[in-house]
Amino acid sequence: MRQLRPVNARSGRRSREGPIVNRWALLAILPIAFLGAFFLVPLVVVSLRSVTDFAKPTGDAFANYGRFFASAANLRVLGNTFWVATLSTVVCLALGYPYAYLMNIVRPRVAGLLLIAVLLPFWSSLLVRTYAWQVILRDTGIINTFLLDSKVVDEPIPLIRTTLGVMLGMSQILLPFMVLPIYAVMRRIDPEYTKAAANLGAPPFAAFRRVFLPLSLPGVLAGTLLVFVLALGFYITPALLGSPKDTMISQFIASAVQQRLDWGIGSTMAVILMGLTFAVLVIASRFIRLRDAFGSLEES
Amino acid sequence: MTDSWRQPHRLLLVALGALTVFFLLAPTLVVVPMSFTASNSLTFPPEGFSTRWYEKMVTDPQWSTGFVNSAKVAFLTAVLATALGTLAALGTVRGRFPGRNGLQLLILSPLIVPVIIIAIGMFSVFVRWKLAGSIAGLVLAHTALAMPFVVVNVATSLRTVDRNLELAAQSLGAGPVRTFRRITLPLILPGVMAGGLFAFITSWDEVVVSIFLTSARFRTLPVEMWEQVRQVVDPTVAAVATTLLAVTTTILLLALVVRRQAPAR
Repeated sequence: MRQLRPVNARSGRRSREGPIVNRWALLAILPIAFLGAFFLVPLVVVSLRSVTDFAKPTGDAFANYGRFFASAANLRVLGNTFWVATLSTVVCLALGYPYAYLMNIVRPRVAGLLLIAVLLPFWSSLLVRTYAWQVILRDTGIINTFLLDSKVVDEPIPLIRTTLGVMLGMSQILLPFMVLPIYAVMRRIDPEYTKAAANLGAPPFAAFRRVFLPLSLPGVLAGTLLVFVLALGFYITPALLGSPKDTMISQFIASAVQQRLDWGIGSTMAVILMGLTFAVLVIASRFIRLRDAFGSLEES
Repeated sequence: MTDSWRQPHRLLLVALGALTVFFLLAPTLVVVPMSFTASNSLTFPPEGFSTRWYEKMVTDPQWSTGFVNSAKVAFLTAVLATALGTLAALGTVRGRFPGRNGLQLLILSPLIVPVIIIAIGMFSVFVRWKLAGSIAGLVLAHTALAMPFVVVNVATSLRTVDRNLELAAQSLGAGPVRTFRRITLPLILPGVMAGGLFAFITSWDEVVVSIFLTSARFRTLPVEMWEQVRQVVDPTVAAVATTLLAVTTTILLLALVVRRQAPAR
């Protein structure tokens, strides 16, 4: 960072860390103000509404939270949200780790193609992809039409409006968020390490398990964290592919606000979802650097 | 271990990889041939070939105005997000100030905060500010969501800039603005442009916030699709889905090409 010195010299400070504020910082003011007004203020307003909007007049500021946790249906939705997020994360890990590993050992050209296969869905519309799953899974959809035509079954098997359907759709949409961080970490592992293990007599699988796997673990943690946290907030996919039984908390928030116009409970659930998301992030940040987790997406 | 592709575990890995590629791509791509069906229902394989559902999409004012609205919002979002995101990247990569790390997390947080919370929050505030249901409101909302992609792309290219080039320009008498315009900006331009294209895609595909911030008189294509997907079963929706996909894919490939470009000289 020697090159920074001239700027420091001109600002007339001589502390070894450089000045506390330099001129480049001024450029961030406008974007900060923008995010403050149009992103942070909305989040703060939602949080405030959870303690100021009430269906019935009450003296208890946390009446909405009491109402939320008193209802078994609400707790079921919360539990289901965690359950579906966990299932999707497990599927993504089971498919994503071998895929990233394959990307890491094939020739660069093939790895590039495998990367495009991840990036195309990563960037294509979530709604379009969910719609595609609907077309495939519904009773008159591709799978059931095929099964009926080939007389394997007499009536359509339930695929849409099931937890399986939600899980398939969510895993497919979230898989890139698992592959990219794992691949980013694997790419930085020196292949000499596993070769050294092999030269010292380790059979291939032992070399993988004792050397490569532990080194790739930071990527696994980052991917698992990203997928799980994003899965907690899914709305469109469970709404189109799931049954009422599969309702996730985002759908509950949307219907509270849109249909029941119950902003009190809607914003309360929003705060709870936000709290859960941050709790997962804070716990995870004890094991990995969050900026690395997000950073891996930068390289995509 | 280089010549061991025939080993059983390697074969298994390749098979699993092929299956995963299929799982990633096939379900979405299946919509494309189905949108060209000649029949009145979605069947696979499609019966006959026809562009009638595309004709219906183009002639139906609901779909066509949705398309135009989406394009306008995405374009304006790309412009605004590129400007603000580039400033934010310069400020956070080059700038020194207390709370810089916190600010970097704030800039990335629209990626991680559940979108439904952002949606009801913006709806709640934008109604009071008379921004709900307007193109301006939606552009502002999408800009907040798209900015992280610009910041990330610009920051990445900014970190590769050789500061000695800037110092050389300054020692030859160029002021800070001129140095930026003639040296720094050309060097980070691929990142800036890629960021802008990613911002366009983010807005183009965005649906949850848009559901809350649009009205029956002003809808984008994804919102129109969301409204109809649960009722309409005719293949027009497949044609719309294919259109959305085609635009996204084109712009994504463009962004990937732009980002590979060597900095302009």
